[in-house]
This record gives sequence, structure tokens and C-alpha cells, in this order.
Amino acid sequence: MTLHSEQAEFPPQSRNAVGAPRRPSLAAWKTTAARRMRAFAPVFVLVALCILIAIANPNFIELRNLIRIANAAAVPLTLAMGTTFVILMGSIDLSAEGAVAIAATTLVLLAANDSNASNFGWWAVLAAVCASGFMGFLSGNIQTGLRIPSFMATLGVWFIGLGVSTYLLGGSAVRLMDPALRGLALTRFLELPLSVWIALAALAVAIFIQYFTRLGLHIVAIGGGEDLAELSGVNPRRVRIAAFTIAGLFYGVAGVLAAAQLGQSNSVIGDGRLFAAITAVVVGGTALTGGEGGVINTLVGVLIVTVLGNGMVLLGISPYIQQTVQGLMIIAAVASSLDRLRLKIVK
Amino acid sequence: MLAAQSISKSFTGVQALRDVSVTIGGNEVVGLIGENGAGKSTLMRILSGTQSPDSGTLTLDGKPLRLRSARDAARNGIGMVFQEQSLLLNLTVAENIYLGQEGEFTRFGLVNWRAMRKAALRQLGKIGVDIDVTARTADLSFAARQMVELAKALTLEDSTNCPLTILLDEPTSVLARADIDILFTRVRSLKARASFVFVSHRLDEVLQVSDRVYVMKDGLIVGEYRADKVTAPQLHEIMVGRGLHSGYYKEAQQTPPRPAVLLEAAGLGVSGAFRNVDFSIREGEVVGIAGVVGSGREELTRSLGGFLPQTSGSLKINGNAVRLASPEQAVKLGVGTVPRERRTEGLVMFLSIASNITLANLGSVMANGIIDHRRERSVAKEWLKRLRIKAPNVDVACRKLSGGNQQKVVLARWMTAGSRILILDHPTRGLDVGAKEEVYELVRELSAQGVAILLLSDTLEETIGLSHQVLTMRDGEITARFEAAAGQKPAQVDLLRAMV
Repeated sequence: MTLHSEQAEFPPQSRNAVGAPRRPSLAAWKTTAARRMRAFAPVFVLVALCILIAIANPNFIELRNLIRIANAAAVPLTLAMGTTFVILMGSIDLSAEGAVAIAATTLVLLAANDSNASNFGWWAVLAAVCASGFMGFLSGNIQTGLRIPSFMATLGVWFIGLGVSTYLLGGSAVRLMDPALRGLALTRFLELPLSVWIALAALAVAIFIQYFTRLGLHIVAIGGGEDLAELSGVNPRRVRIAAFTIAGLFYGVAGVLAAAQLGQSNSVIGDGRLFAAITAVVVGGTALTGGEGGVINTLVGVLIVTVLGNGMVLLGISPYIQQTVQGLMIIAAVASSLDRLRLKIVK
Repeated sequence: MLAAQSISKSFTGVQALRDVSVTIGGNEVVGLIGENGAGKSTLMRILSGTQSPDSGTLTLDGKPLRLRSARDAARNGIGMVFQEQSLLLNLTVAENIYLGQEGEFTRFGLVNWRAMRKAALRQLGKIGVDIDVTARTADLSFAARQMVELAKALTLEDSTNCPLTILLDEPTSVLARADIDILFTRVRSLKARASFVFVSHRLDEVLQVSDRVYVMKDGLIVGEYRADKVTAPQLHEIMVGRGLHSGYYKEAQQTPPRPAVLLEAAGLGVSGAFRNVDFSIREGEVVGIAGVVGSGREELTRSLGGFLPQTSGSLKINGNAVRLASPEQAVKLGVGTVPRERRTEGLVMFLSIASNITLANLGSVMANGIIDHRRERSVAKEWLKRLRIKAPNVDVACRKLSGGNQQKVVLARWMTAGSRILILDHPTRGLDVGAKEEVYELVRELSAQGVAILLLSDTLEETIGLSHQVLTMRDGEITARFEAAAGQKPAQVDLLRAMV
């Protein structure tokens, strides 16, 4: 049967009888408009922030400073790409710092370093990213296999990663001696360090996964309602393990970049990075309940967090106040992004 | 032809289905009716693969069929349109229609969105609706979502070679009259390409759309009729299946209400749920509300309990005009709700009997801001005795009590809180016969003490038996009022006429 004969079964006037969105009611239009406004709010915040800081200190818009911002955003952006996929499912991933530590440690111990004789060059990068990916795979299996909330599963994996890497490093810092790998942070291409280009590549991969693949659709579907997605034939377990593994791979890349920037790996290489990643995701407008937002939101979120940090340094604000402002920002972001009246219970 | 033979299924002691056999012929619309708990939903879940039977078999065109998941069922041409809709509101219409079946548009994990949108448009064309496939599902009306859900079920036509069977679980309970008519038109025209199983509370609708009707009661099929050979009142009688015994509802203990009016509603309404509701409850009066799902009676009780603020009309409690904005406020004004879901809404299951009883009026057992546990226990002991709650002591956690005793603890709480108006929302749901009788006796006692009671019940006979006055609701409005003094109870058929 062809399309035309099927549609001809009904007279044209009855075909729009059901409330189709092409003729939306005023109320429906208002909620749509309100949602659009909310979706674009982070962009407005970013633009306003840039304008305000530029007025207060014109040095902000100097090329040198913009490069500095891009450089500072590279590792958080790569990390937050991973976290975004997990949060999109309505789960949370706390393992970023542990995974970064594992990746950085694997890298320095397998590449040329001042502690042992190994010199595997780029293979060390591959091993580092895979090791971190394995941590994510572990998180996903713990969460789905043992049916533990992701909060606890990834909290555990965080500390496993931290413990193992500190043990491997023998409690001290090991320096990265491979000049090619150090070059990731030091070599520049079109004024920008390679690490920035790698972070942008990570962003491109993340956009590709979310918007062009079946996996991306399934991740968003699970965030919207896992039980419903399962009824439609989505395999939540497989999707969850895949998402956590992908997150781990992104953390691995971030760990490599962090080690290259620092020129070493130590037990505190991941410190503070988890907060930055989750703040960026949330500030960008991805809902903690899952299903809304995505990697482009996270890009905006990372820029807001980095620009704010950079601006406060330019304005000479005390680092302690900077922390306080970041704390306020994450609360404000969640407060403004949620339709809190609709939440029945807050836990 | 899809058939179920001698299907049985039980859940922790409750026999949900007993030796149930049904057949669904090709291009046939089969109606399935029954009261709450009759086993309709369980049967649907077994047919759709989300639950497996304890015993019995499914066959498709004579060949045995084992369904382990919804996906299995889909592979065999069985699709389901769920009562609580199964669309993901954060996805687009096209994504929803093909979620889990993206295979034909996917290569190396990459989805060809354009092809998917085109295919989704074709599916919607099958039922003749014009919906933007790129719209977010959350932006669609409920009726439009139902059509999308139907279109999603019809995709099975392309993915399997089996004859299509679509299970519609209470599809009309959330739709307005005009949308129901549209749905029925679609179902009739789709009969040429699929069979349907149609579950509903509304008997006239089942008769209107079905070729054949099964009646279920207590997990059994108690009747099978051709839709043109049976009437709605006949079906109802078979569905309820027992005569009315006046003794069962303690009619002899029914005392006439006192003149003082405790609660008075005038033109009360909540937009989208019910409107123009006028009624009053006097001291010691039991007012029952009868209506099918979607009649607005559930929302009315929620509104009186403070869970759903009124949007029009006025409400007087003890003669004072009030607007109930929260359950807390309702409790302060003396309105207590005995909710339908005891386990999740009625009691804090892991707290002791004593704590649960004093929960709504902690002030009475507090001294200087500290809970006096001795006083709390003595208050609770008093109620244990008065309401004949069977428990070893008042420190037992409520989850260890039987359903009937749990219900008594809820009642004791409202008595402690000094509630003079009680909303009983299906107070005997899930209770066995003995426990039901005890609840009936308590209702009589409370009424004799002057408590005003609004009653919603699972069965019509219970509503009639317990009430002084019965109101019937349909489509959000009160359609009739029946006096139900002891010995002069109205007939079920009369009520039914005003309900459906």
C-alpha cells in the first residue's frame, strides 16, 4: 500500500483533528518559549560575563589572554565531555579524578621518565587512555551488575584509581621525559597549544556520538525514562556500560593532557577536577535528572567556568573568594535550570 | 490467531489469574472488562511479554509462543499501547516511534535521521494524523501522544511477517470524548490490518468498539459475549457477580446524620479534572462518590485533601470559607485522608505504630519541644484497644501489620489529630473479607460519633452499602444524587446509568 492511498482513507479536515503542534495553543507556546529561554540562558550568561569582565579589565580580550583561557579550558572540556554522557543518563560519575590519576600514571610510567627505563612513546598514550577507559567499563559493570547507585559505584572507582596510581608512583612524583609527549602541551599550532586542538577533537567526537549515533539516542532515552526505553527494546545495561566506558576514555585523554601540561604525574594530579567537570556540565544546562542538555551545553558550561575563573584572576580577587563564587554558581545554575515546582520530592 | 490457554499467574500469595483462556482472531477487536484487581492488566502483561505465566501456554496461529520480553512480543507482531503512556517526553516524535528499532536506519552505529523522519511520517500517515515528527513529544497533547503510540505499535507491520495484534490498555481513560471518537474511528479502520485487544472500565465504549467481549472477575474469565448480543447493564452484573447483602455492610448500624454541615462545596472545580461540583457533608454523614476512571472523582478527593488546589468555586469547612493549598492546611482544618496506597502514602512503614498514630498531631505528645515517648505510647495503646488493632505492642513497625490493621492505624492517626472530616479513598482495597468487615464497622462507629466521611470505593455495592447519600460523577461533573438511607438503598443499575 502506498503512502497516498493510506492518507486518502481520511478526509483532509479530519487529519488535523488531533492536537498537533503545528497549531499550538497559547499555553503550549508559552511553555515551549519558556523552555527555549531556559535552554539559551547559559549562552546569555557567558556573553554577559565576557562583556562585564572586558569592561572591568580590557586585558581580558587580548589575544594572549584568550589563548590562556583556551589552554585552561582544554583539560576541563575533555573531562566534562565524559561526565556529560553519564549525567545525560540521569546517573552521576565521581570517578573522574581517579581515572585521570590512572591515565597520567600509566602514561609517565610507560613513556620515558625519571623512575624506570621504559620508553614506549605514543603507545604509552594509548595504554593510558585504555586504562582509564577500563575504569569506566568497571564503573558501568559495577553499577549495572551489582545494581549499585552510580553515585556509590563511581565513588568507589574514584578511590580505587587514586589508590592504585599512588601505589604505582611509590608515593612520589614521576617526571615525564618524552619530549614528543611534553610537546602536547608545549608545541603550538596556529598560536594554540596542541592540547587545545586535542580538546576540540574530543568535543567533535562527543558531538558526533550524541547527535549522530544510535548510542547517543539511547543515552538520552535512558535519561528520559529507563523503564520506558527498555519497553521499546533499548538494552539499558549495554548502553550504561558503553556510556561509562566512553566517559572513562575521555578522562583518559584528559589525564594524558594533564600529565603533559604538568610534565609529571603525582598523587594529586586529579585534585579539584571533578568539581570543575560537574560544575561545567550543570552550569551548561544539562539536567542532573537526565534526558535534557548535552555536550554543546557542556562546552558553554566549561567556557563560563573558565572565563569566570580567568576574570576573577584578572580582577585580583582572592582565590578563596573565587572558590566561594564557584560554589554559588553551581547552586544558582541548578536552581535556575530546574522546573522545581514540578519536582515532587528532593533527595 | 493469538491464543492463551489455561494461563495461571500468582504474586506472593495472590492468585492474579486462574486458568484463563482467551483467543484473539485475525482482524478482530476483542474487549476485556473487569473490576480493579480482576486480572486484566496481568493478562495484558503476559500477552505483551513483560511477565511470564506460572503455567499455561500462548500460541500464535497454533504454534506455541514463548515471550521473554516486550521485544520478543514485538518480534511476533504483538504491540502494546500502555495505560500510562510509554513515550519518552524528551525525544522527538520520530525518535519515539523508532526507538529500539533504529536498525533499518543505522549503519555502523550511525543513524540516518532523514530516513527515520520520513518513515515516521509514513507510520503516522497510516492512522491519518498530521503530526510534526520533529516536535518534542512533551509539546504534544495527550491525545496526539496516544496517536503517536498507536503509530509506534503499527511499525511492527514492517518489521515482522506475523499478523499484528495491538493491545490497548485503558486507552480512553485520559482522553476527552471527541478524542475517544477519533481513536475509535482509527481502530475500526485499522481492523483491516490488525487485531486489537481493548481494555476499559467504560462498558459502553467496550461494546461500541468491540466484536467480542470477555468479562473477568477475581482472576477468572466469567463470560464471553458477542458485543451485539449483550448490554452494558448486563455486563456490569456479570462483572460484579454478587447480590447485595444488607447485613454485610452493617446497615443496621447506620445512624442518620445530624443537621450541622461540616463541609460544603459550591461550584468547586479544578481545571482539566472536574467542575461545578456542589455537595455538602453533615456531621455523621457518609457521602459516597461513584464514577468510572476519568470521572473526576479521584481528583475531587485529592483536592479536598489539599493535594490539588481548587481553581474555581468555593469550599466551606465548619462554615468558614477556605482554600486548601496544601495537605498540611487540610489536616489543620480537620480533614484527614485515608489514601488508597497505604504503603506509600498512608503510613511511614518502618516507624512504629505509636509514632505513626501521633504523626499528624505531635504537639499533643510533646513537652518543651521534645517528644514524650511515654505519653505517645499511652495514646497509641488507647487506640489499639478502641479500634481493635491486632499487634503485640505499639512499638511494632507498621510494615509488620496486616493490611486491615494498617488501615486502622491510619484511622487512629486522624482521630488523634482531631479530624472531623475523613476522606476514605478506597479504604478496603487489597483487604480480605474479614478485614473489610472490620473497616465497615469502624466507618459506622465513626459516623455515629459525628465524623463526616467522603467515601470512594472499589465497588459500587460497597459505596451504596456504606453511604447515606451517593453522588455519581461522569466526565468531571456530578450527574445524579441518590439518597441511601438504611433499608432504602438505590439500585446499582440506576447509578450505573448516571455513571457511563
